[in-house]
Amino acid sequence: MTIKIDKPGMLTSLQDLGRYTYQQYGVIVNGAMDPFAHTAANLLVGNPEGEATLEVTLTGPKLTFGIDTYIAICGADLTPSLNEKPIENWRTISVKQGDVLEFGKCKWGCRAYIAVAGGFDTKREMGSKSTYLRAGIGGYKGRALKEGDTLSVCTDGHSFHPISINWFVSHELRAVYSNKNTIRAVKGRHFELFTKDSQTAFFNEGFKISTQSDRMGYRAEGNALQLEEQREILSEPVLFGTVQVPSEGKPIILMADRQTTGGYPKIAQAAYVDLPKLAQAKPGDSIVFQEISDEEAQINYIIQKIQLNYLKTGIGLKNRER
Amino acid sequence: MFQDINYFRFGEAGILMEFGHEVSEEINQQIHEISRWLNENPFDGFIETVPAYTTLTVLYDPMKFVHPEKSAFELAKNRIEMRIESMPKESASAGRVIRIPVCYGGDFGPDLRNVAKLNKLTEKEVIKIHTEKTCYVYMLGFAPGFPFLGGMSSEIAAPRLSSPRLSIPKGSVGIAGEQTGIYPIETPGGWQLIGRTPLELFRPDDNPPTLLEAGDQVEFYEITTEEYHSWEAEDDHQD
Repeated sequence: MTIKIDKPGMLTSLQDLGRYTYQQYGVIVNGAMDPFAHTAANLLVGNPEGEATLEVTLTGPKLTFGIDTYIAICGADLTPSLNEKPIENWRTISVKQGDVLEFGKCKWGCRAYIAVAGGFDTKREMGSKSTYLRAGIGGYKGRALKEGDTLSVCTDGHSFHPISINWFVSHELRAVYSNKNTIRAVKGRHFELFTKDSQTAFFNEGFKISTQSDRMGYRAEGNALQLEEQREILSEPVLFGTVQVPSEGKPIILMADRQTTGGYPKIAQAAYVDLPKLAQAKPGDSIVFQEISDEEAQINYIIQKIQLNYLKTGIGLKNRER
Repeated sequence: MFQDINYFRFGEAGILMEFGHEVSEEINQQIHEISRWLNENPFDGFIETVPAYTTLTVLYDPMKFVHPEKSAFELAKNRIEMRIESMPKESASAGRVIRIPVCYGGDFGPDLRNVAKLNKLTEKEVIKIHTEKTCYVYMLGFAPGFPFLGGMSSEIAAPRLSSPRLSIPKGSVGIAGEQTGIYPIETPGGWQLIGRTPLELFRPDDNPPTLLEAGDQVEFYEITTEEYHSWEAEDDHQD
């Protein structure tokens, strides 16, 4: 009932949709960088969306299955193969005991999510299976996977037995991904404190993702953004996708492992539905922010959740109870 | 009782409530009271609160507020307002006083010299001023158990670093403006570091998982490098 890690890949860790209710104590939310790909992978193997998946970064791991099961890989295309035969992302895949899953070249994106039917058998710490790397809690021993680790799979009471697996997540649903990297965003709370030039530059001129970017946040390089006058801001909460600007003028886009609060001025808030594009952006990639209204961002969020519910229902109908 | 609350949208699933701009213990205590009340009496769709100096952020599930005419924000805001109206009028309970040992300067406080220079003081004077006053925990944030402490003397104030450090050791005590705080885990950060404490501020197995809670009072006292190391050794022994 285990999966053996033959090679760990660059950064492979267990993640779910995050650790909530502890932000008042400064405990970060954590969770998958690309919540859409994570959720889709879970749904494809009949798991609830909040189950943990393996988040794989750029260089994928090599895994040997000690169990017959179903898996799904969503997100970045890191050319996965099963027993050296190429397999596709966004599909349910049947694996047998002894099968070897490997990854090759990164063709597109940055982070892929591997879900296994039944989910990974690991304790929820403070309500979540997500690996909080900096604090060393959650996931597999609070750390990224290493060679020789073995992950247990939950098999109790799981009844995923699809009638056929000749189906996949439609391209329409995945359309959040494009190579243009336009990130829709709403004005942040401190937008008006920036100079007119900086306000215009933020929404019109592009930025490059710096090499100083990780699960906590991405530094964006471009025209330095300046406040009308230097001032200290009182620390207050930040969210996934909050764009804050330290005094040197380079925006920081906060990601899954963001701190709970920040003291730098917030120029914008990236739309939730475009976070997957950011999660799949690599250092050196370009992004352009496009302004939308708060209302539009919230409606897009609700539409995406409804689409995921359709996907969930569709997959449920293709499953048979044994 | 709380008539001056402004409500703002914060992302797709958040509401930021602003209680003016003035930093005061009284307003901050009100924020923690409302925060506690909402956590104890959650509405359908309520996720969590994140209290700060003059703001309280409420996170909610917009899918619980899908309506043909009204936005999820308006409906969730309405639920919060109704909850606040039903709050009993009682005074906040006084926080605990917690004493925190700090080894100042040297490798533990690489910015102590800079903080002294900025304020035209000696390092010794900075330490004296830092340990003299009782501080108040306005909020926990940024990192697990990181206390934002108010009440520090402005005589030792120092701005944040213009570019944050990529890694700050666990236990580091820092200054940003007129705030002081402690880094509970190794993390990037932009505060000026003046010393380090051997105490564990983040305790994931405890409930709550932190040494300090918002509303507590904190007193710093100076220890030597030897005391710091023996304290750490003692902690290791206890594990």
